[in-house]
Amino acid sequence: MPPVPIDQSDRGNVVAVLATLDSGSRAAAHGWSDLTIRNAFIIPTIAFLIIFNIFPLIYSLGFSFTEYQVSLNKPAQFIGLQNYADLLSDPAIWRSFTTTAQYVIVSVGGQMIVGFGLALLLNRPFPFKGLVTTLLMLPMMLSPAVVGLFWKLLYDPSWGPINYALGIGKFEWLSNRVNSLFAVAITDIWMWSPFVMLLSLAGLSAIPKHLYEAAAIDRASWWYTFTRITLPLVSPLLLIALIFRTMEAFKAFDLPFIMSTASVETIAIKLYQMAFQGWDTGRASALAYIVLIVVLCITNIYVKYLNRVKER
Amino acid sequence: MAEIQLRDVQKHFGPVHVIRDMNLTVADREFVVLLGPSGCGKTTTLRAIAGLESIDSGDILIDGKPVQNLHASDRDIAFVFQLYALYPHLTVYENIAFPLRATGQSKAEVDKAVRTVAGAIGIIHLLKLRPSALSGGDMQRVAIGRALVRRPKALLMDEPIGSLDAKLREGMRVELKRLHLENGSTSIYVTHDQVEAMSLADRIVIMHDGILQQVGTPSEVYLRPANLFVAQFIGSPVMNVTEAKVTENAGETGLQIASENFAMPRELLGMLQQQGAESISLGVRPEGVLLSHDQQPGYRPVEAHLIQPFGPFDIVDLNVGGQTLRARTHTGFVRQPGEKLWARIDPAQAHFFDQKSGTSLGIRLT
Repeated sequence: MPPVPIDQSDRGNVVAVLATLDSGSRAAAHGWSDLTIRNAFIIPTIAFLIIFNIFPLIYSLGFSFTEYQVSLNKPAQFIGLQNYADLLSDPAIWRSFTTTAQYVIVSVGGQMIVGFGLALLLNRPFPFKGLVTTLLMLPMMLSPAVVGLFWKLLYDPSWGPINYALGIGKFEWLSNRVNSLFAVAITDIWMWSPFVMLLSLAGLSAIPKHLYEAAAIDRASWWYTFTRITLPLVSPLLLIALIFRTMEAFKAFDLPFIMSTASVETIAIKLYQMAFQGWDTGRASALAYIVLIVVLCITNIYVKYLNRVKER
Repeated sequence: MAEIQLRDVQKHFGPVHVIRDMNLTVADREFVVLLGPSGCGKTTTLRAIAGLESIDSGDILIDGKPVQNLHASDRDIAFVFQLYALYPHLTVYENIAFPLRATGQSKAEVDKAVRTVAGAIGIIHLLKLRPSALSGGDMQRVAIGRALVRRPKALLMDEPIGSLDAKLREGMRVELKRLHLENGSTSIYVTHDQVEAMSLADRIVIMHDGILQQVGTPSEVYLRPANLFVAQFIGSPVMNVTEAKVTENAGETGLQIASENFAMPRELLGMLQQQGAESISLGVRPEGVLLSHDQQPGYRPVEAHLIQPFGPFDIVDLNVGGQTLRARTHTGFVRQPGEKLWARIDPAQAHFFDQKSGTSLGIRLT
C-alpha cells in the first residue's frame, strides 16, 4: 500500500508508534499500538476460557454443596457437605474407584512396558525405520469409538478372530468384571503404547552415543549399561508419559462405555450414570470434584518425583 | 601393562581411505602421541585400537594377542574422550567407581580405589558433585580418574585437553606427564597440537591423509624431519621452505634463493649428486637464519619487513630478493621494519628435500 502521509503537527506521536511496530505493517499504518494488538489476540482466548472452563468449574463447585437436579424445575437447595459424606460412605463408589485403580495399573503398566520395549527395538538404524514407526503409531490416531467397536468385534465369543486365533473356544471376554477389565485394558494398551513409545524414543535418542562408548570401555555388561545409564537418563520422559497416561486412564470412559458398560464400571462411567441417567446433578458435581482431587494428588506426586529426577 | 602393535591396518569410511597400511609398535610403558591435522586418521586409529571402530583388514595386537575381533569391553583398555563422556546423572565418585562396579568389585575395594585415584589427581573435594557443577579442567580430571582407576593395560586419550583454555592446558599437560611417570601405563595420545606432542611424547607418530609420515622422538622429528609435511607441521613458527638452486662459482659452493647466493660447504655438491635429485627445496627453521648488523664473510644483504615480538625472542620476516625468509633473533635485535641487515643460512641447520616427492634427502652438513 502507498505510504500514509503524515501530518507534521502529529509527527512525534506517529514516529513513536511506528518505532514499536514493523514499519511496513498495516497495523502500524492504522496506528495500532503493541498493546492493542496484544489484547486483540489474548482477550478472545481469555473470554473463551472463562465462559467454558472457569465459570462451569466454579458453578459446579457450588452445585456440589446442594441438592439439585437439572432435569427438575426446582431451585438448588444447600445441604453443605452432605453429598460428599454420602458418596464417600457409598460402597458402590468405592467399588468403582477400585475398578478404576485396577484398570489404571493394568492399562498404564502395560502401555509403559510395551511402549518402552518398542522404543528400545526401534532405537537403532534399520531399513524402513520411518515407515515402521509411522505404522506403529496408527492406533493412537484412530477415534476411541472406532477402536472400541472394532475390538468388541474382535473379542466376540462365537465368531471373533481373537478366540479363533488363540483356539480358546467361546471364551467370554466381555462378560464378567475381571475378564472385561483386562479386555478393555488390552485395547487401551494397543491404542496408547505408541504414545509411550514416541516419548521414550525421544528420550533414548537424546542419550549421547559417547556415553555408551564410555560404558563399553568401562566393561559394563548390556544389563548394567541399561539399568545404570539408559534407564536413569530416559526416566524424565518416561515419567512424563506416565503422568499423561495415568491422567487419561483415570478418567477412562469411551472404551469401557462402548465395550462393556456393565462390567467395567470406572469412576467416569459412574459419574456419567449419576449425572445424565440419574440426573443427580448436585451429587455428580461432588463426585467430579472428588475425582479431580484424586487426579491432582497423583499427578502432584509424579511431578515432584519428576523434578527430583530432572535436577540431576 | 602392555605392548600394542598395529600390522597393515586398513580402514575405509565409504570411499574415504582413512587409515592406509598402518604399521606401528608401541612399547610397554611408552607414551606415544599420534599427531596430525584434523581428518588425518589419528582419532580413527585410536578408536580402532580401543575397539570403538572396526578395521577393514590388518591386525591389532595387544601383548601379542590379536584383538581386532574383540569388543571394546574385552580389550582391557581405558579411553579418555575429548568431550569427557562423564555420566551426567552420577556424582564424581560414582563416575570414577563405574568401571569397578560394572565388573562387580566389592564395596570396600571400590571405595579404596576411588579415593586413591581421586587423591592422586587432586579431586577428593569434588567427589560428591555432579559433572554439571564442574569446570572443564575438573571434568577432564574426573575422566582421567575414571580411566586410571582400574589400572588398565593401556590408556588411550583422544585430545583430552583440546577443549580447555590455553593456561589450563599447560597445567594439565604437566599433570598428564606426571601421572604417566607415576603409573607407567602404556599410553597413546591423539592431538593436533604439536606443542602438546613435543612436550608429552616419548615418541611422536605423525600422520597425514591416513598415512604414517614419520615416527620418532620429539628431537628426531624436529631435527630430522622425514619429509616436507613433517618439516612444516612440527615447529612454531613454521620452517622456511623455499626453492633453491645449488651453484658453483670459482670453487665456491653456494645456494641460490631468488637473487641471493648463500655460501655452503663444498661437500653439498657431492652429496646432492649422490642423491640424484633434480630440483631441491631448502628447509631452514627461523633459528637457522643468522643475522648480523655488519657485513661479514658469507652474509648476504637482506631487508627486514615485519617484526613479531614473542617476548623471549622476535621473529623477523626478511625480504631476500622478493622471497621471504623468517629469522629468529633475540628481543629487539631488529629495531624497525625496513632496516638493512646481513643474513646467512647455517649449513648445520639446513634441510634438503626432493622438490617433487617432498622426501628428505638426508643430507647433514656441519
